[in-house]
Amino acid sequence: MEMPVNFDHPYDVLVVGGGNAALCAAIAARRAGARVAILEKAPRFYRGGNTRHTRNMRCAHDTATETLSGPYTEEEFFDDLMRVTQGQTNQPLARMMIRKSKDMLNWITEQGVRFQPSLGGTLSLGRTNSFFLGGGRSMLNALYRTAEKLGVHITYEAEVTDIEMDGSRFVAAQVKTPDVTRRLAARSLVAAAGGFEANIEWLKEGWGDIADNFLIRGTPYNRGTLLRTLIAKGMKQIGDPTQCHAVAIDARAPKFDGGIITRLDCVVFGIVVNNRCERFYDEGEDIWPKRYAIWGRLVASQPDQIAYIIFDAPSLELFMPSLFPPVTGGTIEELAAKLQLDPAALRTTVETFNAAVQPGEFNDKILDGCHTEGLTPPKTNWARQIRTGPFYAYPVRPGITFTYLGVEVDEEARVQLATGGAAENIWAAGEIMAGNVLGRGYAAGIGMTIGSVFGRLAGEGASHYANR
Amino acid sequence: MQTGNAMPAASHVRSVTETQQAHLDEAERLMTVCNSCRYCEGLCAVFPAMEMRRAFGTGDLTYLANLCHNCGACNSDCQFAPPHEFNVNVPKVLAEVRNDSYARYVWPGFLAPMFHRNGLMVALIASLSVAAFFFGFAVWHDPDVLFGTHSGPGAFYRIMPHNTMVAIFGVAFLWSVLAVIISCVKFWRDIGEPSETLRDPRALAGGAHDAATLKYLDGGGVGCMNESDKPDDNRRLFHHLTFYGFMLCFAATAVGTVWHYALGRDAPYPWWDLPVVLGTLGGIGITIGPLGLLAAKFRRDPQLMDEGRKGMDVAFILMLFLTGLTGLALLVLRATPLMGTMLALHLGFVLGFFVTMPYGKFMHGIFRGLALVRYAAEKRRHLG
Repeated sequence: MEMPVNFDHPYDVLVVGGGNAALCAAIAARRAGARVAILEKAPRFYRGGNTRHTRNMRCAHDTATETLSGPYTEEEFFDDLMRVTQGQTNQPLARMMIRKSKDMLNWITEQGVRFQPSLGGTLSLGRTNSFFLGGGRSMLNALYRTAEKLGVHITYEAEVTDIEMDGSRFVAAQVKTPDVTRRLAARSLVAAAGGFEANIEWLKEGWGDIADNFLIRGTPYNRGTLLRTLIAKGMKQIGDPTQCHAVAIDARAPKFDGGIITRLDCVVFGIVVNNRCERFYDEGEDIWPKRYAIWGRLVASQPDQIAYIIFDAPSLELFMPSLFPPVTGGTIEELAAKLQLDPAALRTTVETFNAAVQPGEFNDKILDGCHTEGLTPPKTNWARQIRTGPFYAYPVRPGITFTYLGVEVDEEARVQLATGGAAENIWAAGEIMAGNVLGRGYAAGIGMTIGSVFGRLAGEGASHYANR
Repeated sequence: MQTGNAMPAASHVRSVTETQQAHLDEAERLMTVCNSCRYCEGLCAVFPAMEMRRAFGTGDLTYLANLCHNCGACNSDCQFAPPHEFNVNVPKVLAEVRNDSYARYVWPGFLAPMFHRNGLMVALIASLSVAAFFFGFAVWHDPDVLFGTHSGPGAFYRIMPHNTMVAIFGVAFLWSVLAVIISCVKFWRDIGEPSETLRDPRALAGGAHDAATLKYLDGGGVGCMNESDKPDDNRRLFHHLTFYGFMLCFAATAVGTVWHYALGRDAPYPWWDLPVVLGTLGGIGITIGPLGLLAAKFRRDPQLMDEGRKGMDVAFILMLFLTGLTGLALLVLRATPLMGTMLALHLGFVLGFFVTMPYGKFMHGIFRGLALVRYAAEKRRHLG
């Protein structure tokens, strides 16, 4: 039964946001006995922020299961996190999250979420990541059904534009709805309204004008309104404004919400050049799942924030298909002309690369050691000559998934004050506090782990506070 | 990483109308989107079958469309469903392609327009059929016989001689079986599956199992999406009632034939006799099942359906329902003066049903079954 929020009555717990973190918080708070309201800025179809675009979560587990091909210990998870963030993580918080992630697979299943073995084309994540049957929107729908069944009240198209504070205590939210601006009081607040990746102006504060050339992979509704409000009200900011999850996606994708289908998994099979036809990074440094999340930043630092993946016919079917067909040319020059690149320059780059390729046994399933000699930058794996037409190219731009700048939280997911100590009744979960765990870098599925673990903690904490 | 699997494009592509081509183009666009996403691969057979391909010709799309059970789960799970600008609506578009395929492979080909206003055509044929029986009975009999009370073995045959009944229904049935078989041959050629698959017992068993259990009408485990994104399993239940009801009626007829020719026993049989028990249970199935399916159809989110051809679905459902209802009524009233009337009604609907089998929604079960057999075969080929 879908019940809208009643603005005339104060709630125990107000959850701002409508994604995985928000729903986990709302369900946990409701199960702990609180009256819970969810205010989601997006219309019903677009509810749930970037959860709609996700497909798995990374949780530690000691044994293989029906859907996970082997164990993934807390230690291994922690090592992976340390490696991808290069140590830029709040270690005690990260360890707590990883410890609690073990129980999360059970808890989230109890909330109606279903899993399946890893998806076609993602075998390398089959041991570490749990894939949602039907994907992120299916997962989200299950959480909403559970929340509604439990009696959580939900209103869509309701944006929290300001909050009323009494010292360090949250009192009420100012809520903009399509018709009218209203006030909603609650005993405690869970801030789970996402990052600010869809707010290009805010991105420019960190990146400068080049952010105009970024594509936003997910929801257009994550504009960071609540995050900015919390910081303005004295909550402690954490993280670097330029740090985010960014990948290189098809440059022809829409500005917002293109999702998974605009990603390209073919970097390792060709060369990547900027619009001066120069290579700028080792395309074969490591297996793709370990490198895909660095290419957004790499492309962002190229002229006009664009690059081109160039490959030839034998590689065409080695990777997952994507939304747009590749640009095709019978010759390198024809391809260059279609890309509006200098044909002679692209020819030279390809020939120089081809000349540097050493003989070897190409194998797309392993680090095959096929490499270049005397080339800067080198290509250290899967280097084979680009010589069999037709030739193909995908233009790519930085695609921002989500931002890391957020509010600082403690191990109970309580939001910290800039002046020290915790706010009395404010909790945070999800993208809005992801920077506590992710100082930089990314490993697939961690965003959902952060959302679920901190969401549940926040909901329980907020409920206990309200009913203390 | 994976390697592509180049399935041969269909080599017998038949003439496709402009509207059909528009549906195929849209289905091809969707399969390209879906194949880049794959989040739905755990929901049913369509998406794993899609993943075995990188390009989608007419035959591939026709196959995938007939593999789809229209459970609706992928629509409520899709992050790109309308109102998203990518406008991904797999259940509806595959329903359109599927419905087109019944007309494209129809035999004889000049009857393809039967599918244009299928609801009307089926209703007309059913009415004509019922009217013909009334007229026939009225012309051949005195009112005393037609409205008289008959009982005991051979009672029905005093209204209509057994041999006449057999001749009319035999011809209609054989014609329909022939037409269905030829349509299937056209379908099978177009989807590009070798004929050996139809002799592969494991593929046949796999397809039969998935069809008999409606394995893929469950939204990946929670049920169909009907009115909203809250699933239930009612459509599968009502479909089971309808399908098994139909099979029981078929069995009743078959047993009756054996009783008649092998044992020399004439209908009507007593209520406890096997043909009557089978027919009664089956009749209840094809009365309740279609009612449930019909109610679900009118409550269902129109976004999931080929709204323009709802008439075809409704006609088929009503034909089953009326066949069942008149059959049960005949059983109840067979010892009264209304027997002749009920017999005319019932035989009229049964004949109408037989005659329209190759020219309506009945074909969905046949093509779906074939698609499931092919899926069973190619799943094994693909997994090695």
